[in-house]
Amino acid sequence: MSSGLVSPSEWRRRTVRWAVGGAQAGLLVALLVLGLGPILWLAKSAISPTADTIARPMALFPSGAAWHNLTSAWNDVQVGRYFWNTVVLAAGSWAVQMLVATTGGYALSVLRPRYARFVTGLLLATLFVPAVVLLVPLYIEIVRPPLIGHSLINSYWAVWLPAGASAFNVVLVKRFFDNLPREIFEAARVDGAGAVRLFTSVVLPMSRPILGVVSVFAVLASWKDFLWPLLVLTEPDEQPLSVRLPAIQPQTELGVFLAALFIATLVPIAAFLIFQRSFLRGSGLSGAVKG
Amino acid sequence: MSEHLIRGRVGLAPSGADPAARPAVRWRGTPLTWVHGGGLTTLLFLAPMLIVFGACSWYPIVRTVVMAFQHTNLVRPATWVGWDNFRAVWDDPLFPIAVKNTLYFAGLALVIGYPIPLAAAVIMSELRRGGALFSVLAYLPVVIPPVVAVLLWKTFYDAGSNGVFNTILGWLHLGPYPWLQDPHWAMPSLVLESTWANAGGTVIIYLAALRGVNRDLYEAAALDGAGVWRKVWHVTVPQLRGVLLVTMILQIIGTAQVFLEPYLFTSGGPSNSTVTVLLLIYDYAFGNSLGGDYGSATALSLMLAGALAVFSAVYLRLTRNWSQS
Repeated sequence: MSSGLVSPSEWRRRTVRWAVGGAQAGLLVALLVLGLGPILWLAKSAISPTADTIARPMALFPSGAAWHNLTSAWNDVQVGRYFWNTVVLAAGSWAVQMLVATTGGYALSVLRPRYARFVTGLLLATLFVPAVVLLVPLYIEIVRPPLIGHSLINSYWAVWLPAGASAFNVVLVKRFFDNLPREIFEAARVDGAGAVRLFTSVVLPMSRPILGVVSVFAVLASWKDFLWPLLVLTEPDEQPLSVRLPAIQPQTELGVFLAALFIATLVPIAAFLIFQRSFLRGSGLSGAVKG
Repeated sequence: MSEHLIRGRVGLAPSGADPAARPAVRWRGTPLTWVHGGGLTTLLFLAPMLIVFGACSWYPIVRTVVMAFQHTNLVRPATWVGWDNFRAVWDDPLFPIAVKNTLYFAGLALVIGYPIPLAAAVIMSELRRGGALFSVLAYLPVVIPPVVAVLLWKTFYDAGSNGVFNTILGWLHLGPYPWLQDPHWAMPSLVLESTWANAGGTVIIYLAALRGVNRDLYEAAALDGAGVWRKVWHVTVPQLRGVLLVTMILQIIGTAQVFLEPYLFTSGGPSNSTVTVLLLIYDYAFGNSLGGDYGSATALSLMLAGALAVFSAVYLRLTRNWSQS
C-alpha cells in the first residue's frame, strides 16, 4: 500500500494502528446501525403484526410473523397499482431524459453549430436557477398549455416532459462526448457516415458508461419525485407510490402501511445493489460537474 | 455531408476568436445552402432539447418574473399590480417566521451535517480493504425514496414511550422525548432525518476528491515531522478546499429550499415552528382550495432566488479572497 495519509512507518506504530483501526471499526458499526438498521427494521416490521410493532417496536417477532401484511398492502391498499404507475412514470421520464440529453449533447458537442455557445450558455444558466422558481408558472402551463388547448392535468406527459429539462444530464453527456477521440469521427465521415449515422453507430455505442449513469439517476429521481406529481396528477388511480403513501397512511393499519413502505423501497435498493458502480461513479461525477 | 461537418467545425474557431468576423459568415449562405450544409439536421438534433427546455425551463423562468408583478387567478385576465405582491408577502406575519425557521434549518443542517461526511470520508480513504462495503452502506439512505424515509422516521419519532427512538433511548434510561410534537424539538428532528438521508452522497463526493490528493504532499509533511492529525489539517483539508467550498454552498442552497420534511413530518407545526419559505410558497399557491395566490407565490420564490444569488455572490467573493491569502 503506497503511503497515504497514514504512512507505513506510522502504521507500524501500535498507537496509530489502534486509533485508525478503532476509528474505522467505529465507523463501520455506525454505518451498519444508521445505513442498514432502518431498512432492516422496516423489513422486520413489514412482516410483523401491527400490535407487536406498536407495543414492542424493537422486539424480534414476539408473536410470530404476519406475511399477510405484504399481500394486503399489494392488493387491498392497491400498492400494486401505484407501483405500476411509478414504473410507467419512471420509464417515460427516463426515455425523455435520454432523448434530450443524447441528441442535445451530440448537437452541442459534435455537430457544433455557430449558435452552440449561446445555447450552452442558456443551458448552464438554468443550473443556477433554484427549482422553486419554476413551480408555479410550470403548473399554470400544465393547467393551461399553449397550443394544445386542453389541460394536461392527470396526463403523464405533465411529468415526463419537465423531467427532460435537466441541464445536469445534458452537461454530463456533452462533457463525455467532448472527450471522445475526434479521429474516430473523422474516420467515420471519410467512410461516408452522415450526422445521423455518426450518432447511432459511433457516438452512442461508445457512450455506454455515461448513458448508464444518466439512466440510473433518471430512474431514481423519478422514483423519488413527490411534489410535482402531487400537483399535476390529482386522480388517485394515476398517482405514483410517493404521492399515494402519505395519502393512505391515515386509513391504513400500521403493519400494512409499513409493508407498503417496504415495497416502495425494494426497487431502488435492488437497483442500487445491482448498478452500484454507476451510482457511485455518478455521485462522484456530480461533485466534479458542480465544482 | 462529411464536408460540411468539417467546415462547420473550422468555421467555429475564427468566429470565436474574432467576434467582428461573425456577421460576414452568417450572411454568406442562402437557406438552401444552410439545409444542404447540414444546418437543418443539426437543428433537428437540437429540437428535443430546445422544445423541452423552452417549455419547461426557459419560458417558466421568464413567466415567474412577469407573474410576480401580476394578479393571476386563472379565471379573470391577469392585471399588473406593481410591487403589491412583494409588499403582501413582506407584511405576512408568517413571512419572518418562515425566514427564521429556514435559516435555523439551514444552520443546524450545516452544524450537524457538514463535518460528518468529511470525517467519514477521511476515515474511509485510509481503509486497506472493504472500502466498497463502506461506500455502499453510506450511500444506502440516499437511494431510499425521500417520502418513504420521512414516513419511516415519522414512525421512529413516535412520541409515546413505545416509539422506536424512545424505546432505544429508554434502554439508556433517557426520555421519552416529544420529538415532532414539541416546538423546540421539531426542527432538530427534521434536520436529523435530512442529514441521515443526504450525507451519503457527500461522502462519495469527498471520497472521489480524496483520491486526487497528491500523495507526495503527505510524504513531504511526514518528513517535516507532521503526525496524522496535522496532516489532516495541513494537507487533506487544504487540498480539498475547492470541493469543501462547493459542497458547503450547495448544501446551503439545498437546505434553504427544504420542503418535503416540514410538509410531511409536521405540516409546519407545532405552532408554526417548522414553517419554511418553501412551505409558505406552496401554501400561497396551492394551500387554498378556493384558488391560488400565484402572485405572492412567485414573488416569494423570486425573493428566495434573489437572496440565494446575493448570498452565492458574496460567498464566492469572500472565499476567493480567502483562498488567495
